[in-house]
Amino acid sequence: MKYRYAVPGDDFSMAGKASAEVKRILGQLGIDPAIIKRTSVAMYEAEINMAIHAGGGIAEAEISPERILITMADEGPGIPDIELAMTEGYSTAPEWIRELGFGAGMGLPNMKRNADEFRLESAVGKGTTVTMLIRLAPAPVAGGGGRA
Amino acid sequence: MNPDGEAPEGPGEAAPRLFHSVKLDPDKCVGCTTCIKKCPTEAIRVRKGRARIIDERCIDCGECIRTCPHGAKKAVSDPLSMIAGYRHTIALPAPSLYAQFDERWSIDRLLSGLLALGFDEVFEVAEAAELVTARSRGLFEAGPAADLPKPLISSACPAVVKLVQVRYPSLISHLAPLLPPVEVAARIAKHVLHAGEEGVGVFLVSPCAGKVTAARSPVGYARSALDGVIGIKDLYLPLRAVLGQAGDRIRSRAGRRGVEWARTEGEADALGERRSISVDGIASVIGVLEALENGKLKDVAYIEALACPAGCVGGPLTVENPYIARNRLRNRAEALPENAPPLSYEPPSDLGWSEAVAPRSALALDPDMLKAMIMMEEMDQLAAALPGLDCGSCGAPSCQALAEDVVRGVAVETDCVFKLRESVRELAGRLLALEELKPPGLDKD
Repeated sequence: MKYRYAVPGDDFSMAGKASAEVKRILGQLGIDPAIIKRTSVAMYEAEINMAIHAGGGIAEAEISPERILITMADEGPGIPDIELAMTEGYSTAPEWIRELGFGAGMGLPNMKRNADEFRLESAVGKGTTVTMLIRLAPAPVAGGGGRA
Repeated sequence: MNPDGEAPEGPGEAAPRLFHSVKLDPDKCVGCTTCIKKCPTEAIRVRKGRARIIDERCIDCGECIRTCPHGAKKAVSDPLSMIAGYRHTIALPAPSLYAQFDERWSIDRLLSGLLALGFDEVFEVAEAAELVTARSRGLFEAGPAADLPKPLISSACPAVVKLVQVRYPSLISHLAPLLPPVEVAARIAKHVLHAGEEGVGVFLVSPCAGKVTAARSPVGYARSALDGVIGIKDLYLPLRAVLGQAGDRIRSRAGRRGVEWARTEGEADALGERRSISVDGIASVIGVLEALENGKLKDVAYIEALACPAGCVGGPLTVENPYIARNRLRNRAEALPENAPPLSYEPPSDLGWSEAVAPRSALALDPDMLKAMIMMEEMDQLAAALPGLDCGSCGAPSCQALAEDVVRGVAVETDCVFKLRESVRELAGRLLALEELKPPGLDKD
């Protein structure tokens, strides 16, 4: 099952709709509440990032009995130094965003922490794609090479 | 689940019926769609011209009671006459009772009024609330409670506890594992002040339906010490009638901190935790719980969440306007000492939950995820084909909810008036086409 949502870049009060929708779907699928929470935290952070830094983008959620795969793709400014961006507390968000309780520099680390697998691809001037995988079934045993 | 309110038929589905205090008066219900739209758990459907409550989803918040324009939703509580069956009766007035009456009637007089109505004794819920506050503070100190996830959500409002069970199961661990003040008051009155006595009856004078349900099927503890719950609105007129003669003998003990629990921010103010937020009204509570589930409330330590507007003073069993009541409560509280005088009894040592609180997975389409996925795909297709107006004419609160009901097998697509019209038009087209056809023997061409 695949769901696709446009995340608006001009109205950030609307950011969070996609993750809320995915949360509803996961609830109706009867998925473990703890996993739903991890998914919604990770996806919500990514959605907010898109709205703040990238002028919106596309959020996709692919759900199978084994895993939830969230892909967040934007055509924003891109991240010049990914390692720096992944540092807890590092933020390029403007002051007013911080005053709203966002932009504490915990977004990317938080996504990574809540996902079982996390990938960040970015090219300056082209955009950023964050891919997050959350496993539903136990991970395949070593040697199986279980890459999603 | 079954919107027709009949027992589920599938094997293994014979779940015990859940007790609910919110009921429908079928004579008053006209089958409009006001309540189905306001229900926070989408627990109501209109069938055969009447609203039906889906037991598994109802959280007894009373939102439908508040919004029904025809007064067809009501909370079933116990009658005052019930106290006749007990040797010694104790009234437990919720502090919201004090806010129903003009300040010229003192709290002492209101308590005396309860005695004039036939109770043998009164014990203020507000006094118990002060004890709960003291225990809540303990949840922020070092010790076993330090492991509790923050922010903690107050478990004083029974509708909020159930909302978490049904819609936010991932937040169950955030609920403060403490008995609500009403239960603490009941236990003190019955098991401490009258320990071992026979025939003692303990009755809550309640602003809300949720507490009626909590007395019969509590969450977090096995059995309530309450023997009955009487709605404030059922007691209001008889109580008003005796106030003139009741006198002002000093009977109240509770302080400002306990009394103010009846309004939003009262509990948080009493707790004195600066990183608390207070939220009232079920829609606003949902907004805060969504934010918490998204990991947004990192700097918050405590959430006082109350289902009713302005807090318990806005409960569906009250009579006064919530905002007037809140103002009165504030004025009354100002005249009180901060806390109750030292206790003359030993309060129960354990005010914690004795039972684990389980999720109520009333929203999952099927316990088997593969089946649920198949249903979900069907539901998505159905929803996409519906007009998306959320008009409610089908009896479900939204097009999405109708699609869900169809895949659950409790509704059909043509319950949608627009779908029905499409089908009729299609049928009319087919009739016209058939009419054009002539048997070969009659065909003159």
